[in-house]
Amino acid sequence: MTLNPDLPIQFSRTHRLQWEEAQQKNVILYPEGMVELNASSAEILKLCDGTRTITQIVSDLEEKFATQGLFNDINAFLEVALQNGWIHQN
Amino acid sequence: MAGYTKTNITPPRWLLAELTYACPLQCPYCANPIDYAKHDSEISTEDWKRVLTQARKMGAVQLGLSGGEPLVRKDLTEIVKHARDLGYYSNLITSGYGLTEEKIVQLKEAGLDHIQVSIQASSQELNDHIAGTTSFEHKKQVAHLVKKHGYPMVLCVVIHRENIHQMADILAMAEALGADYLELANTQYYGWAHANRDLLLPTKEQFEEAEKIAQAFKETVAGKMKIYYVVPDFHEDRPKACMNGWGTTFLTIAPDGVALPCHSARDLPNLDCPNVNDVSISEIWNDSKAFNFFRGDDWMQEPCRSCDEKEKDFGGCRCQAYLLAGDMYATDPVCSKSPNHYVIDEAIESARNAALAENEKPLIFRNSKNSKLLSN
Repeated sequence: MTLNPDLPIQFSRTHRLQWEEAQQKNVILYPEGMVELNASSAEILKLCDGTRTITQIVSDLEEKFATQGLFNDINAFLEVALQNGWIHQN
Repeated sequence: MAGYTKTNITPPRWLLAELTYACPLQCPYCANPIDYAKHDSEISTEDWKRVLTQARKMGAVQLGLSGGEPLVRKDLTEIVKHARDLGYYSNLITSGYGLTEEKIVQLKEAGLDHIQVSIQASSQELNDHIAGTTSFEHKKQVAHLVKKHGYPMVLCVVIHRENIHQMADILAMAEALGADYLELANTQYYGWAHANRDLLLPTKEQFEEAEKIAQAFKETVAGKMKIYYVVPDFHEDRPKACMNGWGTTFLTIAPDGVALPCHSARDLPNLDCPNVNDVSISEIWNDSKAFNFFRGDDWMQEPCRSCDEKEKDFGGCRCQAYLLAGDMYATDPVCSKSPNHYVIDEAIESARNAALAENEKPLIFRNSKNSKLLSN
């Protein structure tokens, strides 16, 4: 299972992405578990709304943070997210 | 007093709400205390809402709605709704008994995140025998309905000597039911399971065989189904990191409002566990004797005290030390470094002998009658 660059990416319907005030960070919640996210991972996942492909996510974030060369980092994270079932493509 | 230094208290993350001890099933490995029939009062809907609000404010985010059978509580939907409004991720931990499609929809609308259905075995005959109730077909139906209504479906099967030979069939059943997660929970020997241990504890060979089958299966369903494996600690060399460390992560509230650092802690002597009707969750978590009792490592004896693994397993389980070594400060006897480790070998041997004996004694089923008999 690897990321298809041509398909939009959707955050999983059976997971929940949520800001935790007590922890001052975003977390992914799923049955009996929780993953704490750093700020950049949370920014990427928030754009996985079922309309954007990886190319669009990269360009949106490069624009937002006025930087370049984010593709490799974002791609690596999304591959992990896909393996963990946090996102899907179909 | 042991460990009574308030250093580095982390906030609770997991709130286990044991809504009731009432249950239509009679599983002989139930995690509820043997004397549960004595604790038959239940706190009110408003009490539960207050508990949820206070714990959430401190940082609790995972909520287990358990029991007994939580569906017995008439106010379950109202509690779920309150939990969702507060931002909890709520897990209904149920036998599925009495769960209708209408209720599944109602709970979904109230904001329930997931339903964990327990099944006792892969065959009707054994399931219904262990549950002490005819429930197998209904449970499978419930599992289908849980999927149908978009919940992540977690199937939980408690593993012991009566069903461990069904491992391959249990895995096939989980796949056929479309489980997103399968919890293979090796029986933990407290409460009712402790009373029935000679009849429930599998041999090492049985564990190894079952684990091999489960491992091979895990690879074939990678990406489709996640498998949680609750380790059979009697056959390990090191104890489990019980509760992720005492008073670090988990907060259990029993049906009568007693706050516990773990759901078995009610059996430990002189903890003076506080009640949510007397004090706030914040006072319970930060200031109570019970929650500070085994925090840190000042309470440890040798060999834990000087052990280089003490920060990994925190000395293991206090309830198991008390139950098996008669001393709640002792190293968990599961650890091969424990001077009491021989009690584990004896337990395994005793269970093996019981398995080979021609006349096995009957299982003691979990019900109010047996609870009263055993706790008098």
